[in-house]
Amino acid sequence: MKLHPILAALRKHKAGTVLIALQIALTLAIVCNAVFIIGQRVERVNRPTGIDESNLFLISQQWVGAPSGDTADGVEKLDAMQKEDLVALRNLPDVVSVAPINSLPLLNSSWTGALSLKPDEKNVGTRTAYYFGDEQVLPTLGLKLVAGRAFNAGDVQHQGARDQRDPATVMVSKAVADKLFPQASATGSAVGKAIYLNGSGKPSTIVGVVERMQTPGTGSWASAFAWNSTLVPTRMDANFSRYAVRTKPGRLDAAMRAATPALYAVNPLRVLDEESIQSFAEIRDKAYRADVGMAALMGVVCLILIGVTAAGIVGLTSFWVGQRHRQIGVRRALGARKVDILHYFQLENLLIAGVGAVIGVLLAISLNLLLIRQFEMERLPLAYVLTGVVAVLALGQAAVFAPARRASNVPPVTATRAA
Amino acid sequence: MFGYYLDLALRSLRRNKVLTTLMILALALGIGASITTLTVLTLLSGDPLPQKSSQLFYPQVDPYPKDRPFSRSGEKVPWLLSYVDAMNLIHAHKAERQAAVALSQVKLTPQVQGEKSFYADGVLTTADFFPMFDTPFQYGAGWTAADDESRAQVAVIAGFVNDKLFGGANSVGRMIRIEDHDFRIIGVLGRWAPQPRFYALHLGGRNYGKGEAVFLPLQGARAADVMPSMMMSYGPSSDMQHLETSQSIWLGLWVQLPGAADVSAYKLFLGNYAQQQVALGRFQQSRVALSDLMSWLRDQQVVPDDVRLQAGLAFGFLLICVVNTVGLLLAKCLRRSREIGVRRALGASRGAIFAQFLVEAGVIGLAGGVLGLLFVLLGLWGIRHQPAPYASLALLDVQMFVFTFVVALVASLIAGLLPAWRACVVAPAPQLKAA
Repeated sequence: MKLHPILAALRKHKAGTVLIALQIALTLAIVCNAVFIIGQRVERVNRPTGIDESNLFLISQQWVGAPSGDTADGVEKLDAMQKEDLVALRNLPDVVSVAPINSLPLLNSSWTGALSLKPDEKNVGTRTAYYFGDEQVLPTLGLKLVAGRAFNAGDVQHQGARDQRDPATVMVSKAVADKLFPQASATGSAVGKAIYLNGSGKPSTIVGVVERMQTPGTGSWASAFAWNSTLVPTRMDANFSRYAVRTKPGRLDAAMRAATPALYAVNPLRVLDEESIQSFAEIRDKAYRADVGMAALMGVVCLILIGVTAAGIVGLTSFWVGQRHRQIGVRRALGARKVDILHYFQLENLLIAGVGAVIGVLLAISLNLLLIRQFEMERLPLAYVLTGVVAVLALGQAAVFAPARRASNVPPVTATRAA
Repeated sequence: MFGYYLDLALRSLRRNKVLTTLMILALALGIGASITTLTVLTLLSGDPLPQKSSQLFYPQVDPYPKDRPFSRSGEKVPWLLSYVDAMNLIHAHKAERQAAVALSQVKLTPQVQGEKSFYADGVLTTADFFPMFDTPFQYGAGWTAADDESRAQVAVIAGFVNDKLFGGANSVGRMIRIEDHDFRIIGVLGRWAPQPRFYALHLGGRNYGKGEAVFLPLQGARAADVMPSMMMSYGPSSDMQHLETSQSIWLGLWVQLPGAADVSAYKLFLGNYAQQQVALGRFQQSRVALSDLMSWLRDQQVVPDDVRLQAGLAFGFLLICVVNTVGLLLAKCLRRSREIGVRRALGASRGAIFAQFLVEAGVIGLAGGVLGLLFVLLGLWGIRHQPAPYASLALLDVQMFVFTFVVALVASLIAGLLPAWRACVVAPAPQLKAA
């Protein structure tokens, strides 16, 4: 089919043509960027933490009238209280294992520092988040050991939370091992190496490497070292404590209900309410709620936008069909087949949508540049733009089909009737 | 004449119900989305203390070493002050009022048998906090500078804590147990929760939401070993047990400077202070900053990025809806060329045709505004049920209510301009001939 008659006809409908093209361009620009944002949020929410998240819950509690954690005597008393709690929890029928811990991935409560290969280097080195636990931390969290060994009871120390002491042994995530020893090809080569924590002068030996473990922080400040975790075999003694509890499969709810009475039976003087006991699913939900909400909102807006644009195309094309009733009749009388009329309107829409898409690509890219400057967004990948172009062209074709069909059904006899 | 145009508009809108519904719905969705997000945005970027904010200033100095600056770029001045600097600046008394602020999670133990302890948000601050921020008192009053110096263990509690623990009765003089120490209540606040919570920035709390439960004198609370929620160390002697002497920043400082002369005098003083500290060897840099409350909030980008992004998206959405309405109105009006021709032939002027079509657009705008208002209420209801800390604030005020209709009318009239212009330039003769 020749383009010339279409272009000639469009020249008579400048305003309508420009409006459809503009609407398609704006839709493409906004939808491309919105879908990109959705994609980023979904990717963020779906990244695995590296721990086995099912059948796991966390208890955060604080003692009332606890001894001070700043005296040697007080630390011993606090440690004894913590051990009592651990025994009580480990004796619960539905519990598989329990580890004292300072935080969990996604909990947004973290203890961070830096690791380096040389002693006495302050504030430089590989940034990391610390997890303090005992020999049960690996099975409790379901971490995967890829090299070396797990902590044993002999590694585990205890100290006041504000004491600054360096552990003899640590475990690191593979991300830390790769960062510290980039030249080493095998992951296992980090095992047995000495590293220095937070600019300390005393070395700590890496005894094992876990495959993956996310840090507690989910904010943008923590994203630069999201996988750099260091496990320290130390029970922290303070007037508060946290316990990670792994339950038997399917017994999570029962174990969570049993934990509070068990702890109150050990010692009733503590702050322990509903918020103190949360399953890992709740922790994950809370950490990503804003992201999920944003993605959902963007999704709804995109769908409505596409709907509005499609409706606009249907409306304007229907009007054109109505207006050109007579011309269509004339063409049909002169020998044009139904399919020719159908193709005419489809091709016309393809032309307009094509122009709209070209403008839309430019708009999408400039909108993305604006977002990069204003919101530290990443660059829009070309694949999104190309998919968007194909999508708006398809949208145009889908929207034009019904009116075009109606046009092709205009009988040739219309030509002979008085308008 | 207006009544006649209105009648014509309603007739024309009734004639093509699907198209009319489509236009109104699209406009209402665009308006609903943009007014909802705009309400949240204005709410979050509002002035927390409108009567006082121009007098409140936030001084900053930089104790960080040059080779290990506070921010990676080395450009930002540290957000908080060390205890030594905060106390030096307070004791200099160079402003009309001055108060240091830290936040803390504190454990409250009710004195009633059987009641369990609970965590509450606390503010550690100094005496001027209450008069400087115009906090309303239900009972009693704040503490004095002398109480600060004597490390008095007194407390001001929020009204909701008083209701919970003392049934709303005057509890001044009663004791409250905080972090296993007894504090004497000397004041009960009325409702006080400025939004954004400007004094809480970077102190480890939320930027929006309800106010704190207890207010304690900084020194008195520290004597009872209450720890601040946020602390950043800048040097090797950052011992957590001796925060007062450690090389760490954990306090925000607010000063009240009533006039422009006071501001420039304080700037001079702050600059001199930093230079003096450089001379003493405590600082390596003499950089300082003094921002007024609103620019402090702006510079710290207290409004969440997602909220700004949503507002931008919503206005993009409204733009598309307007373009859509232009297209559909245009289609409609061109279809009525014959009617226009007849009206023109019977003596209607171009202006009359133009007015008629604008009235039609305005009717759509008004209908879109009413429906849009419903969407706004629905959207705000949805936001109130979100987990965001600002959720409970999302309410429609009178200004936004009026603004909804203004936006609806303006959007529809803009959308109606092109079609109305096209309608009024229709030449009557060919239309009549064709008929």
